[in-house]
Amino acid sequence: MLSKNVNETSLYSTKSKYAGRNLLSGLLFGIGLVAFIDEVVFHQLLHWHHFYDRSTTEIGLISDGLFHAFSWFATIGGLFLFADLRRRNGLWLKRWIGSILLGAGLFQLYDGTVQHKIMKIHQIRYVDNVIVYDIVWNSVAGLLIVIGAILVFQTRRKANPLKGMNLDD
Amino acid sequence: MINHGHHESGLQSMDWLIAVVVLILIITYIGAGLISNKKKHLGTWPFYRYILWLIGFLLVGVSLVGPIAELAHRHFTAHMLSHLLLGMLAPLLLALAAPTTLLLRMLPVQHARILSKLLKTPFFSLVRHPIIASVLNIGGLWVLYTTNLYMLMHENIFVHLIVHFHIFAAGYLFTISMIYIDPTPHRFSYLYRAVVFVFALAGHGILSKFIYANPPVGVPKEQAEAGGILMYYGGDAIDIVIIFILCLHWYRSTSPKSSLHVSQN
Repeated sequence: MLSKNVNETSLYSTKSKYAGRNLLSGLLFGIGLVAFIDEVVFHQLLHWHHFYDRSTTEIGLISDGLFHAFSWFATIGGLFLFADLRRRNGLWLKRWIGSILLGAGLFQLYDGTVQHKIMKIHQIRYVDNVIVYDIVWNSVAGLLIVIGAILVFQTRRKANPLKGMNLDD
Repeated sequence: MINHGHHESGLQSMDWLIAVVVLILIITYIGAGLISNKKKHLGTWPFYRYILWLIGFLLVGVSLVGPIAELAHRHFTAHMLSHLLLGMLAPLLLALAAPTTLLLRMLPVQHARILSKLLKTPFFSLVRHPIIASVLNIGGLWVLYTTNLYMLMHENIFVHLIVHFHIFAAGYLFTISMIYIDPTPHRFSYLYRAVVFVFALAGHGILSKFIYANPPVGVPKEQAEAGGILMYYGGDAIDIVIIFILCLHWYRSTSPKSSLHVSQN
């Protein structure tokens, strides 16, 4: 009886101890995931837009390049962080999934507003009523952000019984 | 278009030289491995490293001599393929073959000490700095494709040789500045290398899109577009391996097992 109780407490504190790492891992993987889906589905399969549609917006080009590089690294790094959490029994699945949705939604919203509308590096699709696509694109982004944020909020670090102790490794 | 008739014969004798150098390097490595295996206190040099070294230098050979190299003089997409092999894939495979470790294994102790001192000199520390190596690597490519250098390279055999040596050497430096396979003095943290890597990868991606939209002097539009796409996705494909190895090293280094005894409470 007692040992089960102790076990549960220690499991909870391990999760709590790695709350930040769960968040980071999910955010990184979420950004990488949505960037990958964008590239494969919209660039390569549907050909709705390509990786460079204008030859004038230098800043758009640079930001696109930086984001692509970051997301490429983030996907792999995020999964290694995930593996690290599992190894440490620190995985908090609900928080991790919430962070993925949050990261994916934030990236999609950035892409749909800043990259598409302000920098105009490319549009989602080259049709007359692109506004319909924009609304769908950014609404999906908003929905991901809301669901992700709720899950992350629900799993925020509660009063930690071990607070104040040095828990680094 | 590009005139390259006058140095055709010069290129051919150069081809032989390159082929011989590549062959010597492959044989030397295998020989060094076999010799070092005879030392009783050392284990056997892993077989896969011979393979990595062999494939690495075969790729160097293929990108400089033979049909792909021949086509690369005339066709930009082929040039980009040979650039990917020479500047990215071959350096990665050669870095994974750990040539410095092998050299240190093989040399007598006093010579090995001289070598390891040499590797700690300011010059090597400087060129192995992640930022310097990235600038040499990606910056060099920007210079090559956005100035007249690309055109000049096809007209002058020495420029051709220097540019190709630079692409290879800078690619190798970049690889060993990001992942530490061989003994590496003055190491940088994983986060530091990751951040620099993201910027270098971005520089590579931006350049490939720039080439897509602005063909280098003397390159037809369709070839520049195909070359740009090849550079973009080819770069991603090779960089994913480097990122994976960098993350794997982090994952191993932060293993809780190794530090459990320190602060188990």
